Amino acid sequence: MRVARGELWAGRGLLLALMAFTILPFISIFMTALHPSGTVPSGLEWPTNPQWGNFIEAFNVAEMPALLVSSTFIVLAVVPVSLVISTMAGFAIGLLRILGAPVLLFLFVFGLTLPFSGIIIPIYFLERALGIYNTRLAIVLPLIALYMPFAIFWMRAHFVNMPTEISEAARVDGATTWDLFWHIHVPLARAPIASLGILMSIWTWNQFLLALVLVEDPTQRTMAGALGAFQGHYATDVPLLCAGTILILVPTLVVFILFQRQIITALLQGSVKG
Amino acid sequence: MALAVSQQTRLSKRVRRETFVGWLFVLPALLMYAVFVLVPLLLTILYSLYRWDGVGPATWVGLKNYVTIFEVPDLIGTIVNAFWLVVFFSFIPVGLGLVVASVIHRVATGRLGAIARTVLFLPQVIPLVAAGIIWGWLLALPGLINQILKAVGLGAITRAWLGDFDWALPAVGLVGIWVLLGFCIVLLLTGMTKVDPALYESARIDGAGWFREFVAITVPLLRYEIGVCLTVTVIAALAAFDIVYVSTAGGPGNATSVPGIQIYVLAFTQRAVGLACALAVMLMALVVIVILPIQWLSREGAR
Repeated sequence: MRVARGELWAGRGLLLALMAFTILPFISIFMTALHPSGTVPSGLEWPTNPQWGNFIEAFNVAEMPALLVSSTFIVLAVVPVSLVISTMAGFAIGLLRILGAPVLLFLFVFGLTLPFSGIIIPIYFLERALGIYNTRLAIVLPLIALYMPFAIFWMRAHFVNMPTEISEAARVDGATTWDLFWHIHVPLARAPIASLGILMSIWTWNQFLLALVLVEDPTQRTMAGALGAFQGHYATDVPLLCAGTILILVPTLVVFILFQRQIITALLQGSVKG
Repeated sequence: MALAVSQQTRLSKRVRRETFVGWLFVLPALLMYAVFVLVPLLLTILYSLYRWDGVGPATWVGLKNYVTIFEVPDLIGTIVNAFWLVVFFSFIPVGLGLVVASVIHRVATGRLGAIARTVLFLPQVIPLVAAGIIWGWLLALPGLINQILKAVGLGAITRAWLGDFDWALPAVGLVGIWVLLGFCIVLLLTGMTKVDPALYESARIDGAGWFREFVAITVPLLRYEIGVCLTVTVIAALAAFDIVYVSTAGGPGNATSVPGIQIYVLAFTQRAVGLACALAVMLMALVVIVILPIQWLSREGAR
């Protein structure tokens, strides 16, 4: 690469400055979290007497174990169901190319730009009528439905590029449509299914609006929803709020660091295809 | 003749059977989508034509709710605010992202590039609620931003940024920049690595500097990636809710109120369900109207 030395250092400096801009906010809340509960420290100041106990207090008042269970339950209810039904639909639209496939595709793709806040009001009244308001199901069911446009679009993009010879050969051998789907095409679609699973897990864990509107009890919510409730209660106690925020971020950060390559790839592909 | 007919009926029978089985594959997804997306969508449009408090009987008012939105400054103001957020959430991250990515692309290879990719992506995986809480503290009176300003001798302009009528919206915008800039940079960088390196090499042999390279190669060839960044960030701006709800809740006054927040407040605290639905319909229409040309422009001719 022919790049002038000065430019090289200017570029690296810019990069480091950007990384600092990204990281500093985390450092600031970490330092703040170590100040005595109830005080108002300044943004970046190492405390004279670090209060590690703030994390224990936040852990207790936020009911962390209950929150972890609730969020995990919601993810485990939403993601597998969404994966199965969207893969099936993507298979039928992209590979079987059933009669009416273009119409179906249009119907689902139309939902891609839909802001959740646009349809949240009828969902609220619908769930009151169904008697599932203020239960985890109130988040799970609409979330599965709201993921369908993206998930089907994503899976169809995979299936539509599969060579037809594979299916024809299996047909000659007498495979039923289900065999074709389950024994041949699902194993071949492992990579896009895994990426989709990662994406939907993150989105579910971070889902706020549905939790806020449809579930009052923080221990029945997603992690983001619970964090919103925690902020509502402890907005004035900055160190405790910061400690709670960090605790709630820890699972996300651990998963991100472990699977960073897959997550970044999935998120990038997700936006490029969507 | 008879044979041909029977063959044809058998064939169409097979096709019909296949279509039937295929539709069974789509059915679960379609059913969920219909009940929890399509029906609510139609109901939103229907409710928008009524005056309703959510409990009692509803009164048909036709398009009056829409007229009200245009007449009441606080309501139409949310849409104006949403467009201001587009500047911060979309134009700045994409514009700055392009410049930064092209600089990084020239200099950062190897380890530093890999670490930067991970770090810059961090805000993209944490809940937006957390981003709102973190920045709510950073932008507070004793927070880090004011501390930095004082350190560089700008103590005179320090303030509680999110509580200031003039500065709250740009302050919320800054949170959006923090969340979306890294995403745009990484996405654009990935696009740049797909551009034939020979193009850059020959440009450099010809003595092209960063700016020539940027204008002549990077921007035109990254048209599709730029379109993707714009689409994602514009939707994030127009449909913003989490960050605003947590950091300002629309305040002070209505200085940072955006459609998502106003829909929530109208429907669930002021019990003006019809009006909230009318605003929801306008928001959904707005997103489609803004996104379609971006998609059309970025796909046209690109790949």
